[in-house]
Amino acid sequence: MRRVVRLLGSVLALSVLCATSVRAAVEAEPPLRESWPHQGIFGTWDRRAVQRGFQVYKEVCASCHSLKYLAFRNLADLGFTEAEVKAIAAQYTVVDGPNDQGEMFERPARPSDRMPGPYANEQAARAANNGALPPDLSLIVKARKGGENYIYSLLVGYEEPPSGVTVPEGMHYNKYFPGHFIAMPQILQPDAVSYADGTPATVAQMARDVTQFLAWVADPRMEERKGTGITTMLFLIALTALLYAYKRRVWADVH
Amino acid sequence: MASDVEPLVLKSPTLRWIEERLPLLSFGYRHLVAYPTPRNLSYWWNFGSLAGFILVVQIITGIVLAMHYTPHVAHAFDSVEHIMRDVNWGWLIRYLHSNGASMFFAVVYIHIFRGLYYGSYKAPRELLWMIGVVILLLMMMTAFMGYVLPWGQMSFWAATVITNLFSAIPLVGEGIVTWLWGGFAVDNPTLNRFFSLHYLLPFVIVGMVFLHLVALHTHGSNNPLGIDLTRKDKIPFHPYYTVKDLFGIAVFLLVYLGFVFFAPDFLGHPDNYIPANPLVTPAHIVPEWYFLPFYAILRAITFDIFWIIPAKLGGVIAMVASIVVLFFLPWLDTSKVRSARFRPIYRIFFWILVLDCLVLGYVGANPPEGWLVTLGQIATFWYFAHFLIILPILGKLERPLPVPESLSAPVLPRGAAVPAE
Repeated sequence: MRRVVRLLGSVLALSVLCATSVRAAVEAEPPLRESWPHQGIFGTWDRRAVQRGFQVYKEVCASCHSLKYLAFRNLADLGFTEAEVKAIAAQYTVVDGPNDQGEMFERPARPSDRMPGPYANEQAARAANNGALPPDLSLIVKARKGGENYIYSLLVGYEEPPSGVTVPEGMHYNKYFPGHFIAMPQILQPDAVSYADGTPATVAQMARDVTQFLAWVADPRMEERKGTGITTMLFLIALTALLYAYKRRVWADVH
Repeated sequence: MASDVEPLVLKSPTLRWIEERLPLLSFGYRHLVAYPTPRNLSYWWNFGSLAGFILVVQIITGIVLAMHYTPHVAHAFDSVEHIMRDVNWGWLIRYLHSNGASMFFAVVYIHIFRGLYYGSYKAPRELLWMIGVVILLLMMMTAFMGYVLPWGQMSFWAATVITNLFSAIPLVGEGIVTWLWGGFAVDNPTLNRFFSLHYLLPFVIVGMVFLHLVALHTHGSNNPLGIDLTRKDKIPFHPYYTVKDLFGIAVFLLVYLGFVFFAPDFLGHPDNYIPANPLVTPAHIVPEWYFLPFYAILRAITFDIFWIIPAKLGGVIAMVASIVVLFFLPWLDTSKVRSARFRPIYRIFFWILVLDCLVLGYVGANPPEGWLVTLGQIATFWYFAHFLIILPILGKLERPLPVPESLSAPVLPRGAAVPAE
């Protein structure tokens, strides 16, 4: 009996070992656990970080990635004034029309416009990127397991492949990406942007900032949601207590 | 039942005039005010009214969402983001609705397990129970079709996987799938009909809930002792149970709105924030948490049965059977004693069944690999064994504890003479 148990035990241990080693080759490392100022019940956006992140997006990410659900007017929520939002929008050109002559025409963007993407369509995006499609980033923080932690880890997770691993042509090694081979190169290099507030633009700093910006784009109603939630909960706790007291009074003659 | 209720006295001549022609007031009075309810109901009996409450919330939020949603493959995902970003309070309405679905199932599952524990399905409440199972089936259809509407990756692939199950039916399967899709793949016609049906079915549920209540009010609620109560052990629904149900709703709201405001995407899947793409299959296609046990049963049949039923059809049959078996529960449980309080052995098997369903949920959430396949098969076997083998035999073999005659009467030792009044 004992031998059977021991045999079963070693078979089990061996199969677990095999399973984990096979898995390790394909599955990515769990993302780093960062703490974010906007997390938790009372968390709010760190507006300076989010604004810096917007700068990183604009100057680095936007050359390949769109933010199709972001309208320029939304930037007012980050603390930009109306004039600033107008000025930012005016830097972009959008296609409008048709006009009275039936022609499409280009004009400077207005705050009500959504941010135009870098490519006309998916085919153009693929053609410019070796066949890979840079995803729209509007919802990327919600659309990835691990959310902010995953996005941040991915941005700082580029490294030399371990010995014996050959990275396919046009791919890059990233320890946090499922399968490890990612078409996006390490685009964040030290001092890729120069921050107006003097914050040193390290890779980790830019990654943190742009992650917070993308978290805001994915969930722009977060502060409104949590604020309403706290008020609602306080009201509900009081209501629940009152109803409980009232219930006990009504039931007093039954018990 | 209604005959032992004090009649409604109307002072206003106008109300009397209406009442003579349309007896709505006395109907409401009989069923919502004077309705005699056992006075010993525990808080487990709150979940029925909670389910009714959340159904109303789902219908109201759903109607508002439908005002802003566009059921077209090119616009559905965008219109949901429009609701989340641009519609006034749209994020709240949508999170109430998506989390409401989870809450509805959580509440209804507790309601069902309460029925299982206290034998609420036994005579004379068999039809009450069976209507409940019909409501569960309608809820599952509604929830599934609702999940498809945002047209994210999980929406699309859930629709593909689940509709494809019908292809397992011999001979006509493929034809049925094409008919369901309205084409040769899950596409715009599928999304349109799912939207239409998702709007229709909740009102069918309302109708079934009405029947559920008619059946309930015919013999009244079961109670923790599972015995038939006399009139003096009952109290009017109002104010006792109106206030208790309101308190229950307030506590429920704390949990529900806790999710809505502070963890609105916790119960969802990140992949559904990626727009549907028929060319990219997600690494793991998983349904919402409330379908996981059934998903595990579906995938447990990895072998052909008797060489004639292929594994895929076997899985579909097992999944359907896991619900259908509930229809027969009133006759599968052969014990005359309702409440598990007096059935010491059934009580143990009840908790094993609860555990079994949790195990099935865990198996359903994970990729079917290695020992999880075996675990899923054992748990599936146990699920059916509980209903088809254990319950019929247990009712014959188990010696129940002495059951009291009424709420006030003490439990008499077995065989003791009943004292004269």
